[in-house]
Amino acid sequence: MTAGLCRLILCQVVNYNERLDRIFAALVDPTRRAILARLEREDGASISALAQPFAIKLPAVMKHLDVLDDAGLITRSKLGRTVTVRLRPQPMREAMDWLRRYERFWSTRLDRLAAYAESKEAEVRKKR
Amino acid sequence: MTSLTLVRRIRARPSIVFEALTTPDGIACWWGPDAGPVLVAETDPQVGGRFRVRFRMLDGSEHESTGEYLEVVKPERLSMTWRWTGGGEDPGESLVDIRLRAVAEGTELTLTHSRLRDEETRRSHEAGWTGALGKLERHFLAIEQSSS
Repeated sequence: MTAGLCRLILCQVVNYNERLDRIFAALVDPTRRAILARLEREDGASISALAQPFAIKLPAVMKHLDVLDDAGLITRSKLGRTVTVRLRPQPMREAMDWLRRYERFWSTRLDRLAAYAESKEAEVRKKR
Repeated sequence: MTSLTLVRRIRARPSIVFEALTTPDGIACWWGPDAGPVLVAETDPQVGGRFRVRFRMLDGSEHESTGEYLEVVKPERLSMTWRWTGGGEDPGESLVDIRLRAVAEGTELTLTHSRLRDEETRRSHEAGWTGALGKLERHFLAIEQSSS
């Protein structure tokens, strides 16, 4: 493997981590999650329509949208004077895959833990 | 969003499950994610005590996790910090919380692994992970220079 290729892979690993950090940071906020949930229900919404259910001002909504945009979770397209916001599900899938890796890790171990504890329980019962 | 919760029903009483979670003998039987051996298992299950477990996976790779017990209520609750040490990626410190509840068939175990990615994680990323990357980068630079 050439040094250049190594660096390319390394770079991708770092980017992957940074991207995941951004995605999780974006998902941590309840307002942003509500925005995403809404975009999941309806394909495309205007910024003012998105802002409407929240008791916050438009600039605050714009800031949330910036964070979501940075994480790659939404796209914004402008037609005339209306900006339409759409959901981009791919990064969410990436984040879920990452969590699922952890889930698999614990799941196998808990299976083994259960098998071990159950054999111990059987031993204790036999002794009685 | 950055936490993971799993619930399991185990046909064994809570005291047995608790022992499997906290004694070196118990840990040696389940800790590794595959059939590879547990090489080191040290525990000190009291508040402020530490654990260290090292295991080898079937592919030959070795991994170690360490942490501090934050809460130890036998046989109901075990809470500890969690960190991967030695080799590979260090995603920072996270939190593992295990609750055991007696049910008719034995024990209901609820495991929550949280703070998987938070501010602290990012900070340690910056301190540890980028440090390691810097080293790697220097290493590649050296290779490149020696080959040209």
